[in-house]
Amino acid sequence: MTTRTKNSSGKAVGPGLSLGSTASVPALLAKILGLGAVLGAAVSLTPLLLAGGEWALLIGLWAGAAGLLAVYSTKRLVPLKYLLPGTLLLTVFVLLPILSTVQLSFTNSGDGTRGSKEDAVSTIVRNSVTQLPESRTFNLTVGTTGSVADGPFTFFLVEAPANGIFAGDEQGLRPLAGEDVTVDGGYVRGAGGYQILTGKEVNAAGPKISGLTVPTDKGAIRAQGINRAFEGVQTLTYDAGTDSITDSVSGKVFTVQQFGDREYFADANGSKGFDQSWERNVGFANYVRLFTDPQVREALLGSFVWTLVFAVGSVATTFVVGLLLATALNDPRIRGLKFYRAVIIVPYAIPVFISFIVWQSFYNKDFGLINSMLGGAKIDWLGDPFLAKVAVLLTNLWVGFPYMFLIATGALQALPQDIAEAAKIDGASSWTTFTKVQFPLLLVAVAPLLVSSFAFNFNNFNVIQLVTGGGPFPASGGQIGATDILISGAYRIAFGGAGAEFGFASAISVVLFIVTAVLAGIQFRYTKALEDVR
Amino acid sequence: MRTALTKPLARKARLSLTTAAAVSLMLLASGCSGGQAPAGGASGAASESAAAAPQTGEAASGEAPARGDADLVIWANGPVVQALQPIADKFGEENGITVEVQTVATELQTNFVTANASGNGPDIVMGAHDWIGNLVQNGAIDPVQITAEQKADLLPVATDAVTYNGQTYGMPASVESLVLIRNKALAPEAPASFEDLLAAGNAAVAAGTAERALNLQVGPKGDAYFMQPLYSSAGGYLFGKKADGSFDTADLGVGKEGSIAAAGKIAELGEKGSKVLSTSVSADNSIALFNQGKTAFMVNGPWALGDVKKAGIDYGLSAVPGFAGMEPAQPFTGVQSFYVASKGKNKSFAETFVQTAASQKETQRALYEAVRIPPAIASLVEEVAQTDPDTKIAADAAAAGIPMPSLPQMAAVWAPLGQAEAAIAGGADPAATMEQAGQTIAGALK
Repeated sequence: MTTRTKNSSGKAVGPGLSLGSTASVPALLAKILGLGAVLGAAVSLTPLLLAGGEWALLIGLWAGAAGLLAVYSTKRLVPLKYLLPGTLLLTVFVLLPILSTVQLSFTNSGDGTRGSKEDAVSTIVRNSVTQLPESRTFNLTVGTTGSVADGPFTFFLVEAPANGIFAGDEQGLRPLAGEDVTVDGGYVRGAGGYQILTGKEVNAAGPKISGLTVPTDKGAIRAQGINRAFEGVQTLTYDAGTDSITDSVSGKVFTVQQFGDREYFADANGSKGFDQSWERNVGFANYVRLFTDPQVREALLGSFVWTLVFAVGSVATTFVVGLLLATALNDPRIRGLKFYRAVIIVPYAIPVFISFIVWQSFYNKDFGLINSMLGGAKIDWLGDPFLAKVAVLLTNLWVGFPYMFLIATGALQALPQDIAEAAKIDGASSWTTFTKVQFPLLLVAVAPLLVSSFAFNFNNFNVIQLVTGGGPFPASGGQIGATDILISGAYRIAFGGAGAEFGFASAISVVLFIVTAVLAGIQFRYTKALEDVR
Repeated sequence: MRTALTKPLARKARLSLTTAAAVSLMLLASGCSGGQAPAGGASGAASESAAAAPQTGEAASGEAPARGDADLVIWANGPVVQALQPIADKFGEENGITVEVQTVATELQTNFVTANASGNGPDIVMGAHDWIGNLVQNGAIDPVQITAEQKADLLPVATDAVTYNGQTYGMPASVESLVLIRNKALAPEAPASFEDLLAAGNAAVAAGTAERALNLQVGPKGDAYFMQPLYSSAGGYLFGKKADGSFDTADLGVGKEGSIAAAGKIAELGEKGSKVLSTSVSADNSIALFNQGKTAFMVNGPWALGDVKKAGIDYGLSAVPGFAGMEPAQPFTGVQSFYVASKGKNKSFAETFVQTAASQKETQRALYEAVRIPPAIASLVEEVAQTDPDTKIAADAAAAGIPMPSLPQMAAVWAPLGQAEAAIAGGADPAATMEQAGQTIAGALK
């Protein structure tokens, strides 16, 4: 903590804004402003969270704010002053997503189960209101004898073609004579004792007004928008007591039945009545499916092996090529050294997204650059499972080797020159010098970077998605393609063809997270062992 | 990441966590889809094509857009946005409200479903009609009552398309389907049958004026939307129909007799046959290759015509012909429609906008002028046909097509069927591959 030392002019010196207590006015101001902003943010978010009933988030928010205040407003807790921001960000951006992914993996969340059961029932019932061919439509204005926000509301209806005028409420429809109301342009504009609502007021009272049904002999009249009403029939009713939906037209009764990991309303014959299902906890069903469904297991096992091959292969090829180039260009006797180095870094300067898309077009069987350079060969790069894998690795080599070249060059130049000279004096050939002396030392420096590169490629979604899109896919119609690594396979299951399956994809992600964590752990152990070389 | 943090403010903790997890999964999957062709395979192809084809190149961020402060918010995609704004402004003026049209450049459907569920969605969304099944099963949209007069004005195919399980869920705005575009310099006459098409195309290739007879995009993953004209001409169907006209998911056509015949035809045209169909022709290069003037025919949508014109090709338009002596070729028809969000904040205005403004002729004319896709109002098609015969041809092709099934079950059909067709075009055994695809789909539908 050198932050409190001051130079002659009295300003704080040292690392940036002093985190400890300080007498400097700007730093104090910054601290007050910063803490004020934290407090302000917490206060301003509170009503929103209260309204949403987000208790966990509310507690988390205030705990975070209180923590920040406590740590930075006192002179104590110095280590925490450094640790807290990182910890908070880690919690928000890493731990929370992981936790919610884990939680989601125990549900059947996905397309068709996005809402609660109540949502599903209300959607099913609401959607059953249909216009009959002979049913009438009306120009609607809404009037009230009470308040414009709460009603009670009365519909003033002018029948569209026939020009009959009616007033309607829960009791039913009654015809009005022309003199009771003022009609203008096909709409009732005024009625004795009633206040006519404007469009904005109708919209504001929307939930109440759309709940108002005016019973008629054929069905009921409902508002549609701010100025229309139609006569329709609600064919389905939900009975909470028996937890069933009855169709008044066909007389069918739909009860809750289980289909796979979802529940639907289905008829007595066991066939689904409606598309809507709802989110439920399914326990370990997603994990069970992951490990027992033969198709899924086979596809995922295949892509797990390929993920390892891909990650190791990507790191190995890029490192070997990068190292070779670095070693070759490490000789100061080469003329135009800087030029060569600049050229080698070019792939690194091109955004990888563009490289991937360009490479994807190179691999086209009939119109691609590679086949035409091979004299019009008809190699089906992206159609053959093996060649597609080669194509992905080649592309990744192209975008990846400049990075390895850079770090290898850096590491080589950091090696003391006298070591190589000493080896030479001892009679070692340049090959032996390199393999026995320089390379092991180099590895110590770059090994952590290789590990991180491995972890990056283990989840390198972009190259797969943009070069092959996971393909080629099996002709039999499997969801996971030959070049899909685990993360792109999970993506295809979650957001791909066969409807989103968030729950199942989360289960895959959780397993993937564990696998990556274990692999990273092993690697760091190994890296530590490397340090003994010194 | 902003989404993950702001979303939870809306509904129940459960839901927000779902969203957060979904977003984090997306982040894991990284912001990759920026500026990429729709990755969802065939299901995306038709839905996004109309809007996406003449992309104006907005920076596509993976982040779901946030609802603004306007009274009424409309989400749409592509050049229609510019055309919609004046219409929205007019509606706003009439009702004393502010209306905003927002561009959602990528994954409009998914973003809409997620945002709507958390209460941050728009009031109105515009998209292809084949979204309806998924939107309904997720409870994301409300029915739209189309009056008898409106129905009488609309093309029948358009009202059919937005009808799902006996209920209408959207207001049709435009119709689109695949057509046959020919390079008049290489193939002067519109072919009457697919065999004529091949003969004319191959003659041009033999004469050395063309390099390819036909561009029908297959791609490595296949594309069941683009293969549909051939598939239907040979007698293939996806789902049978019940007596009331709705689809019967128990009667799957893939793997049945008609589809096997189609598979045979695809194999004849594939790598081991006449090599007209190739997996190397994909969405990425089909239009570009045609525009080089080296391809006699191309099967594509009217959305491709802008590029074709720009390339200076003297083109002709006609319906995709069927095989001689077989059924007529029926492409899938897609209908861009307006939907009312189920959890919009201003549903009454949304319903009125969709009911009235969206169905007006002037609206559809403005949309037509922006994207050059045939409008859904029959009389407007006739009016436009006076100055733009291409649109009439495209509209007739769409009217003769099959409304793309909007069943959520289609999600289980597009990919396996496309993959099977691509494999068959690449030389796999036609009958066995198609039957296998049928089994895969049937298994997924259980």
